[in-house]
Amino acid sequence: MSSIFDKFAPLQEQHTALTALGRSPDQLQFEDIISPTEAMLNGKRTILMGTNNYLGMTFDEGAVNAAIEALKTQGTGTTGSRIANGSYNGHKALEEELAVFYGMRSAILFSTGYQANLGAIAALAGRDDYLLIDADSHASIYDACRLSDAQVIRFRHNDPVNLERKLKRLEGTSGSKLIVVESIYSMLGDMVPLKEFVEIKKKYGAYLLIDEAHSLGVLGQKGRGLCEREGVEGDIDFITGTFSKSIGTVGGFLVSNLPGLGIVRFVSRPYMFTASPPPSVVASARKTLAKIAGATDLRKKLWDNATQLYTGLQQAGFELGPTISPIVAIRLSDPEKAIGLWNGLLDAGVYTNLALPPATPFGWYLLRSSISAAHTTEQIALAIEVCTRIGRELGLITLSNSKRADKTAQQGNGAAQLNGDLQTRPCATSETESAVTPTTDDPAARV
Amino acid sequence: MASSNTPVKTDPETIMLEIKTHLRERAGDNAIIGPDTNITRDLGLDSLAIMDFIFDLEDSFDISIPMERIAEVQTLSDLTKTIAVLQKEAA
Ligand SMILES: Cc1ncc(COP(=O)(O)O)c(C=O)c1O
Repeated sequence: MSSIFDKFAPLQEQHTALTALGRSPDQLQFEDIISPTEAMLNGKRTILMGTNNYLGMTFDEGAVNAAIEALKTQGTGTTGSRIANGSYNGHKALEEELAVFYGMRSAILFSTGYQANLGAIAALAGRDDYLLIDADSHASIYDACRLSDAQVIRFRHNDPVNLERKLKRLEGTSGSKLIVVESIYSMLGDMVPLKEFVEIKKKYGAYLLIDEAHSLGVLGQKGRGLCEREGVEGDIDFITGTFSKSIGTVGGFLVSNLPGLGIVRFVSRPYMFTASPPPSVVASARKTLAKIAGATDLRKKLWDNATQLYTGLQQAGFELGPTISPIVAIRLSDPEKAIGLWNGLLDAGVYTNLALPPATPFGWYLLRSSISAAHTTEQIALAIEVCTRIGRELGLITLSNSKRADKTAQQGNGAAQLNGDLQTRPCATSETESAVTPTTDDPAARV
Repeated sequence: MASSNTPVKTDPETIMLEIKTHLRERAGDNAIIGPDTNITRDLGLDSLAIMDFIFDLEDSFDISIPMERIAEVQTLSDLTKTIAVLQKEAA
């Protein structure tokens, strides 16, 4: 008898291989969360280096107290969508605060960042429109494309020339063109060449949506992200973002300066057909958002920490993503060694993320870490030391191969194929050699 | 609407030949590639390699292949037809 689960056999096999050393990322269970950077795992005090908790806000006293107050006065949940059940005061207030923060006309709140991308992109790009998405887009953007009735055209990762070629071919067509990019790509920490994309979008009269998930609070003098840092906010049509990283809670949003954004509420299914964020979540998000613009010292500490981790691992001889960023990923081609390194780090009390193909560029196995302003210099030094020791034990690095720049972009050979069809890819490859060549430009310039 | 420096390859045989060349670069010289070859299943190519292959085809034929069109394709001959249609639409 065949089973409905038979089709998952290859995936099951991959997962079994992953658990060969006894653990898998999805099965980890923290018994106690001590702080934004530490937790108890199987009775062991563990440094958290893979939580996207960029500013360490999850235990912010103001945010915690605001959440408690909202819980007590407004209850545990809204029990419905805002379209059906109406809004709470906090929903409207948070939307207004988001609009003011970004200096844009309006904002729409979603229950998660995933739903913000799904709801914004699928609603904005309709039947006769065109979606132009980066090949390395986050799963939420790929899924938005499936929900949208628009034609979806992918361009090579971070490649303005490839994008322009595609827009040129669409000249003379009547539908709107919506380009979708991410500020910092979540796997390697590389950034979109935003100014070039802005020039192209202006030249072809296209719209530009940027997902600032990993850059809110992280980039720009006031923490508004890459658009602020690059000085192009006036040319951006839509920004999506999430509260699940630097804001330390859960929720997502869409902001825009274009008049008429409000109609999206009535055409966006991931907005209409799901419960609105609970009052406690809204209350803590508001408290934390209010601190972002002034969190200059935290941002400086975050980038100092990122620099310490990146340069430490680079000097040890590991191959990393192309630029210093709060996402630091070690690129590996051997799955067993990647799993070995991840497990070894856990044994030594350091938690990181293990990212596997096809969710990774070039079919790499990534040991991905995300740094926080709350990490101490000592915690990062320890992580580098442990990583170096285990990396040597596994033969991933040797004493002599520090700062080796590997120029061979592996074309995803040996990457597990979870999808048989030509279309589905949660994430994909970039082609430009420069995308894998480490550069260490002044990180201060990035803030 | 093909740009002037790109040869227009509209007849099915030329299209298929060009596709084969790109497939061979990825699947190797010994791969058996014919009109009924299933591109995802028969050549041991993973989804990354296939996406890159599609990008190369777009450059060669000076067309964009929307994702929903790619989803309909299984065999080499499917892909040949899709490209021919897209070229006609662009002309
Ligand atoms: C680039 C990007 N966009 C969107 C999301 C989704 O955010 P959320 O966790 O709020 O659903 C994530 C996080 O997974 C992300 O990395």
